[in-house]
Amino acid sequence: MLGRRAALVPALAILLGFALGALVVAMTGRSPADMFAALLQGLSGVNLAARSFNPRYPGEFLVQAMPIMLTGLSVGFAFRTGLFNIGAEGQLMVGSLAAVAVGLWVPAPTVVHVALVLLAAMAAGGLWGAIPGWLKARFNVHEVVVSIMLNYVALHLNNWAVVDLFHSVDHVKTPILPATALLRSPALSALTNGSRLNWGFVPVVLSLLLYWFVIERTTFGFGLRAVGFNRECARYAGMKVNRSIVASMFVSGAFAGLAGAVITVGIFGFGRAIPAAEGYGFDGIAVALVGGNTAVGVFLSGLLFGLLKAAQPLMQSQGIPKEIASIIQASIVLFVAMKLGIEYLVGRLRAGDAPAAPEEAGT
Amino acid sequence: MLANDRVSLQVEQGSVHALLGENGAGKSTLMGVLFGLVPPDSGAIWVHGREVRIADPNDATALGIGMVHQHFKLVHNFTVTENIVLGREPTVGPTVDRRRAAERVRELSRAYGLAVDPEARIEDISVGMQQRVEILKMLYRDADILIFDEPTAVLTPQEAQELLAIMRRLVAEGKTVVFITHKLREIKAVADTCTVLRRGRVVGTVPAATTSEAAMAEMMVGRVVSFHVDKAPARPGEVVLAVEHLHVRNPRGLVGVKDVSLEVRAGEVLGLCGIDGNGQAELVRGITGLSRVEAGRVLLKGRDVTALPVKERNALGLGHIPEDRHRHGLVLDMHLDENLVIHAYDRPPFSHAGILDFPAIRRHAARLIGDFDVRCGQGGATPTRSMSGGNQQKAVVAREIDRSPDVLVVVQPTRGLDVGAIEHIHRRILAERDRGKAILLVSLELEEILDLSDRVAVLCGGEVTGTVEAARTSENELGLLMSGAARKAS
Repeated sequence: MLGRRAALVPALAILLGFALGALVVAMTGRSPADMFAALLQGLSGVNLAARSFNPRYPGEFLVQAMPIMLTGLSVGFAFRTGLFNIGAEGQLMVGSLAAVAVGLWVPAPTVVHVALVLLAAMAAGGLWGAIPGWLKARFNVHEVVVSIMLNYVALHLNNWAVVDLFHSVDHVKTPILPATALLRSPALSALTNGSRLNWGFVPVVLSLLLYWFVIERTTFGFGLRAVGFNRECARYAGMKVNRSIVASMFVSGAFAGLAGAVITVGIFGFGRAIPAAEGYGFDGIAVALVGGNTAVGVFLSGLLFGLLKAAQPLMQSQGIPKEIASIIQASIVLFVAMKLGIEYLVGRLRAGDAPAAPEEAGT
Repeated sequence: MLANDRVSLQVEQGSVHALLGENGAGKSTLMGVLFGLVPPDSGAIWVHGREVRIADPNDATALGIGMVHQHFKLVHNFTVTENIVLGREPTVGPTVDRRRAAERVRELSRAYGLAVDPEARIEDISVGMQQRVEILKMLYRDADILIFDEPTAVLTPQEAQELLAIMRRLVAEGKTVVFITHKLREIKAVADTCTVLRRGRVVGTVPAATTSEAAMAEMMVGRVVSFHVDKAPARPGEVVLAVEHLHVRNPRGLVGVKDVSLEVRAGEVLGLCGIDGNGQAELVRGITGLSRVEAGRVLLKGRDVTALPVKERNALGLGHIPEDRHRHGLVLDMHLDENLVIHAYDRPPFSHAGILDFPAIRRHAARLIGDFDVRCGQGGATPTRSMSGGNQQKAVVAREIDRSPDVLVVVQPTRGLDVGAIEHIHRRILAERDRGKAILLVSLELEEILDLSDRVAVLCGGEVTGTVEAARTSENELGLLMSGAARKAS
């Protein structure tokens, strides 16, 4: 019951976002139907116009959804404890670096190697996230400022490390990681007609379950929620508030770090120098916001935003500017942020319907 | 939940009409309907003989209805004047005419005897003055009907007296006052008429002057209420809480408590009284571990706990009913059952190896809800924020008394509660005493201090000005000690 009501606003926001997107498409003189066809193709691989089916599209759509679900969990976890982690992007890059380091330098057998790679990425992302947490706990420095700045530090650290630490030959990518360190799956790829789909969904699903369990079912999550909602009361109840802040940011960073590993050892197989942030952290904020910071919500909104990303090239092939997908994404976030306004409108509509009913009941 | 069931209420112009009821009786809901905050499911409202529709507070304001909420709606870093004119600023061209605004505020404050400093910032002024700002806000909007939602709950006894005088003055100027309260004394002092609500229904409307307090209390609670606190003589045991030469600074860095020494024995209630802001808060924070102690020692059952964190003090047998239930007592965004285990969630029976045991947490909540008559719509799963203030307070008291700590620091335990609940909580506190627990009771209500305490310590200016036997003192003597006009060694 409570869950259904909580889902009402995001659901309406999504509808409004798509409506706005369709409107913009119509204004550019293209058919909104083409846009929805492109989205359907991205989702299911079915091309209505050509009456064909290509499973590569749903594969790519899942590939897009996996990392932003993780950054969504990262941002959501911090939100649930009253912190705003805007540094998932940087934590992701540091996690990716750790994955490359363990992949290249620590030899290990097949399954063990991947596990070590993922754990190293989580530890590195967690430590990177714990820095703003510690500064907040110790000196009351706002975590937003520190985590934004650390995004730039992480970016340049990444680009330095790729070139100088891992001896990139072409100044763009590191040597290719041994197969034991990768999440690649020829089977999954073959199943989806050569998409980049890989075993990365396993850590993603485990993370979703872990997130739900930690927040809702453990004493650790209970303490973090109490600190997040009311720090004074948590102190009164004898909780270690400062330790909670650091712990929360560590866990938040660990999810983002894992996202870095899922990208690097799942999709690419090597570390990359990048000219600028790729936006996974900011997508994570949108995913967490639309998903209401719950595991189920993050899963669903992660799928949605993954779809919007995956559908961009398809839209372009229909002659629809790919920026439309960004417009839809942005307006969904905007409508969710207008939560109070939407609730008010819904309340007004209900109140408008109401008077008829009591009269019938009264007689 | 049905909060108001076919309620009819008639308020006469130029009168003070009291609305009396227990916590959760539906008083605030009814006023919310009048102020356009709660849409009614059925029924009608007439103002000055005309049927009206009040969809939101703007409609109410246009009809001359104003409301002072229990928790003030003020912008803390704005000045008094800015808060009063906010939303209806006098302007010169595109800018606010500050001079004219301040003038109008001064005029109103003179006309109704509401002393405020128009230039002061809200965060710097007392709660009593903040309330006067709320009243001026209504008057500035030409309100004729003024609704006060439990206005004295947040005031000191002196400020409450002043407020009652202000209400009479407003009525003398032709305004109409609706006064929501559960304090019978105040109704007798100020109201013309009193309507009593119980569980969402009107029990009756009576003239305040000719109805006794006992009769009103009975209407409100539905049974005969005893005002007298029966208590057996204390059988004090050994000292379990000792404070020695304590110095604590307040959050602004000033010395809040100076060289205070106290002893509380097992099986006794030590009352601590004083005018608000004379070091009570700092002393409590020092004892409970929320503030760092500058100098001196706190001994719990003979053990020096001065340097120990809150959690360890709790584990050694210290309990604390905090003064501010919203700030310290509860996490409003968590469920009631979660709040009831806020200290103990991390150990059996409420969790095992770090995993919460929700069935146990729910059972615990159900028991406390029943025991302390906490009214909540959905039992343990009720969002704490949605509960009425009085029931939130009952939840905090229930949680702390149920833990039955050896030393219980109780601060304003009955603030905002109705007589029935006060009676119940007083009995539970005394029962703890009789089980051999030590109680340190901090209260601004002298009556409460005198009713419950065995000994009374008086704080003035952060120092203890006297410690007296409760049975052999008077409000008068305490008043002198509270103002610092007298001193008395224990």
